[in-house]
Amino acid sequence: MGWIGEQIDSIKSIQFRQLVTQAISLGMIVTSALIIWKALMCVTGSESPVVVVLSESMEPGFKRGDILFLHMSKDPIRAGEIVVFNVDGREIPIVHRIIKVHERQDTGEINVLTKGDNNPSDDRLLYAQGQLWLQRHHIMGTAVGFLPYVGWVTIIMTEKPIIKYILIGALGLLVITSKD
Amino acid sequence: MHSFGYRANALLTLAITILAFMCAFASFSDNFNSLTPTAQVQVLNINWFQKKPDGDDEVSLTLNISADLQSLFTWNTKQVFVFLAAEYETPKNALNQISLWDGIIPTKEHAKFLIHTTNKYRFVDQGSNLRGKGFNLTLHWHVMPKTGKMSANKLVMTGYRLPETYR
Repeated sequence: MGWIGEQIDSIKSIQFRQLVTQAISLGMIVTSALIIWKALMCVTGSESPVVVVLSESMEPGFKRGDILFLHMSKDPIRAGEIVVFNVDGREIPIVHRIIKVHERQDTGEINVLTKGDNNPSDDRLLYAQGQLWLQRHHIMGTAVGFLPYVGWVTIIMTEKPIIKYILIGALGLLVITSKD
Repeated sequence: MHSFGYRANALLTLAITILAFMCAFASFSDNFNSLTPTAQVQVLNINWFQKKPDGDDEVSLTLNISADLQSLFTWNTKQVFVFLAAEYETPKNALNQISLWDGIIPTKEHAKFLIHTTNKYRFVDQGSNLRGKGFNLTLHWHVMPKTGKMSANKLVMTGYRLPETYR
């Protein structure tokens, strides 16, 4: 009873000014995270500049939980590049390597075929029914950089939401109860 | 000021900062590596060459690929992905790139190799333009680092001209 009582007392003892300061500093953290994300979007030109690898299809290059930095440039897309693409009717984007490129003479439109390094066959089975090629609008970006393991945080949080709530709760409690 | 929480926080921040610097340095140090890869490829045989029922040309080749990619490996290299692409132009397409063979090189010891293979992926044109068509054979490599920036380059090798008739 003693510990809870102390906590309640400490919550009661918060002055108005302190509360405002804490709210502002919390707001600063959230907004600066948002600023960094949006700035990355501007710099890379990709709508999702950072993705987490979720599957084993690109092992041993990319493992589950690795983070990829994407770049979306006007440069032509070429075979061998690792692209992140969305297939119609699938929610989760896929990270795979391009093995074939056909670029139109007149329109400059491209047809590409992808394959995961660790998969035995190409991705036509993953595409929408009857789709043989990916076009430019399917592609969200090209992978340019790589950071291992960091993505595990998000994987754990999405797969075990309880951990996320515990973490948020603990952080919130820490912010409220910290005296200085 | 000297509570357990503060000390743990300071230690964690310092550790993550040092780790970030070390990762950045490892990635940066790759720039000092000089690359001198060599490669040869030979088309040994045309196994078959035909027009598919849907009208596209398809050809099957037997290839000899030899390469020495040892200079691509540094302490920050996790693997090198290497592939051989046929590249050509047709009236319809400004560029056609078709991967004929690819492989993952895990260590420097495996980076010098000689491979005798038929094309791993189907060599199919978008149309019927392959008779008498010359194409370039290009060896591309993509270096995957343990951390940091990925890099890629290529080596254009001798081309090959397909025969005028199906066989």
